[in-house]
Amino acid sequence: MKNKFITACVLASTTLFASGAYAADEVRVALLVKALGIGFFEAAYRGAEEARKELGDVEIIYTGPTSTTAEGQIEIINSLIAQRVDAIAVSANDADALVPSLKKAQQRGIKVISWDSGVGKAGRQIHLNPSSNSLIGEMNVQLAADAIKAKGKKSGTFAILSATPTSTNQNIWIGEMKKSLSKFSNLKLVDTVYGDDLADKSFREAMALIKNHPDLDVIVAPTTVGILAAAQAVSDLGLTGKVYVTGLGLPSELAGHVHSGAIHSFAIWNPIDLGYSATMLAYNLVKGKGTKTEVPMGRMGTLQLDKDGDGAMAKPFIYDASNVDEFSSIF
Amino acid sequence: MLRHFIYSREGVLSLIVLVMFFGVGAINPDFISLSNSISIFNDTSILIMLALGQMMVILTRCIDLSVAANVAFTGMVVAMVNRYFPDINMAFLILLSLLIGAFLGAINGLFVWLLKVPSIVITLGTMSIYRGSTFLLSDGAWVNSHQMSASFIALPRFEILSMPVLGWMAIAAIIIVFWAMKFSVWGRNFYSAGGNPMAAFYSGVNVGKVQFYAFLVSGTLAGLCGYLWVSRFAVAYVDVANGFELQVVAACVIGGISIVGGVGTVVGCVIGALFIGVVNNALPIIGVSPFWQMAISGLVIIIAVIANASSDKNKARIILRKSDESADSAQVN
Repeated sequence: MKNKFITACVLASTTLFASGAYAADEVRVALLVKALGIGFFEAAYRGAEEARKELGDVEIIYTGPTSTTAEGQIEIINSLIAQRVDAIAVSANDADALVPSLKKAQQRGIKVISWDSGVGKAGRQIHLNPSSNSLIGEMNVQLAADAIKAKGKKSGTFAILSATPTSTNQNIWIGEMKKSLSKFSNLKLVDTVYGDDLADKSFREAMALIKNHPDLDVIVAPTTVGILAAAQAVSDLGLTGKVYVTGLGLPSELAGHVHSGAIHSFAIWNPIDLGYSATMLAYNLVKGKGTKTEVPMGRMGTLQLDKDGDGAMAKPFIYDASNVDEFSSIF
Repeated sequence: MLRHFIYSREGVLSLIVLVMFFGVGAINPDFISLSNSISIFNDTSILIMLALGQMMVILTRCIDLSVAANVAFTGMVVAMVNRYFPDINMAFLILLSLLIGAFLGAINGLFVWLLKVPSIVITLGTMSIYRGSTFLLSDGAWVNSHQMSASFIALPRFEILSMPVLGWMAIAAIIIVFWAMKFSVWGRNFYSAGGNPMAAFYSGVNVGKVQFYAFLVSGTLAGLCGYLWVSRFAVAYVDVANGFELQVVAACVIGGISIVGGVGTVVGCVIGALFIGVVNNALPIIGVSPFWQMAISGLVIIIAVIANASSDKNKARIILRKSDESADSAQVN
C-alpha cells in the first residue's frame, strides 16, 4: 500500500513536470475504456483517430485498465488528472464508483463525458447513448421493410420474436416499434412471441411462427439469442430467401447467416461512430462550442441533450453482406 | 399383456400424451402430420437421451443436476476444437464429446462413491463449476455458425428414412439402455442398489460403484448431447441449456421414475420426455399467452404425475397377493 502510494506520488510528480512540455494549443482528450484489448473499444479508438485527423489540433490518449474493474479506471482517472488532460471520455465499469474521482477531475477544469456505459449525473457533463429506444424501435421496423423490399414485394407481414415477456428493454423497443408502424403503411405485424432468450425455445417459437403464418415475410428479433435461433430455424426449414430474419445482433455472431441469406440485414451500434462522436463532443466542450441542449459532433450531426445531459447518437447502424465481414472481426 | 400395459403407469401416461397430441391436432391438423411428428421427436431427442442417463442416476437414489452444465461445457469444447481445427474428423470429435462428458460425470460419481457426499450437494457444486469453466474457457465469447465446419453442423441433420440422425441417435440410445436395464446384470444392479441398498450390499453389489456407473453414463450421454445441442442450434455460448436439468428431472418424474430410487422403466422415461416435448411444441402452435405457458406446463406436469401416482396406488401396498389375483397375474407375467 505504502509502496503503491509512493510510486503514485513519483508518477504524479514526473507527469506534472512533463506536462509542461506539451504544446498549449493542442487539446488532449483521454478515451478511457472498460478494458484494453476488447475489439469493440479498439474500434471506438479507430473512430477517435478519425476525429483527430479531421480536427487536427487534438491528441488522443487511448487508455484503460487490463481487466474491467472500476478500481483500475479510478487509478487511471487520478493519473489523468495529474497529467492535466483537457477532457476525459469514459465508458464506465461502474456507474457510481467513478463519480467521486470524475467530480475531482471536473473541479480541476477537465471536461468529462461518458459514452456507451454511463456514469451518474454528478460525475459527467454529457452522456452519449449509442441510440435511443425510439430510434431502435423505428430501426427494427425499417429493417423489416428493407427485407420485404429485398424479396421484391411492395407490402408484407412480419412477426416479432422477443426475449422473455418481462424483458424491460425488449418490451420498450416493441412498444416503440408499434408506434412507428404508422410510418410504414405497407407493413403488418401479425404476431409477437417470446423465446425467453433460450436457444431451444426461441428455435421452437420461430418454427411455430412460420407454421402458423404461412405468408410470413420477416421475423424481427431484437435480441441476440433470438435472432440466431430464428435464422437457424429458417435455414433448417429450407426457407432462406422466403422468410427473412432481422433485428439486433452482433456482426461476429451473424456473419454466417448474412452470407447464407437467412438474414438480409440487421442493426447494432457502430463502435467507430461512437468513438468518433465521443471525441468530437469532448473537443467541442473544451472549445466551448455547444449549449446545454445541443453539442455538435462532426459528421454525426448534433447531439440533442435532455435535462440530465443524456443524448442519443444515431439510429443503429445497418449491417449487410457488404460490410459485415469488416466488422465481424471487431465485435 | 396388453391389458397389463394399459393399467400400468406407462399405459396411463401414454394415453395422456396421445390425448394431448390429438387434442392439439384437432385445433391444428398439421400438428399430427407425419413430418411434424418426426420433427417433434427430433426436437425431443436430446431431452430423451439426457433423461435416460438421469433415470439411471435417480434409480440409485441420486440426482444429477450438472447435466445441463455438462452439455454447455462439452458443447463449448467441441465447438472450439472444431473452430480451430475445421478439418478434424467428425468421428474423433464425437468421441471427444463422449470422453469429456464421461470425465465430468466420473467426477460426480467419484465424489458420491468414495466420499459418500450426497449427490444433490456435489452436483449442485459441479453444476456451477462446469458452467463457470465454460466461461473461463471461452472468455464469454460465442462460437457461431460460420466458425463451425459444414460437416459439424450437417451431421445431426442428415436424414435417413426421412428422420434426421439426431432422432436415430435417440432411438439407438433408447434401445441400448432398454436392453442393458432389462437383460444385463449390470443394468439390473441399478434397481437393486436403489430399491434396497442394504439387501444389495449383502448380495454382493457394490452400491457406491453402481452409483458411479450411473453418473458415468449420465455424463457420457450429456457429453454427446453437448455436441448435438451446439450443432443443432449452430451456436455455443456459456448459457447453453441453462436450466435444462430441471426439464430432464421433470421428464423422469413424469415418466414414473421414483425419486426415492429403485422404481422406473426406460419406456416410462421416454414417454415422460415425449410428454414434455409435445407440450413444448404444442404451446407455441395453439397460441397460448406467454404468461400462461409456464403455468400451463407446470399444471399439466402435476396432473400427469398425480394420474401416474394414483394408477398404482394399491399395487405398491400389497405385500402378499390375494389368492384369486395371483393366478391371474401369473398368467399375465
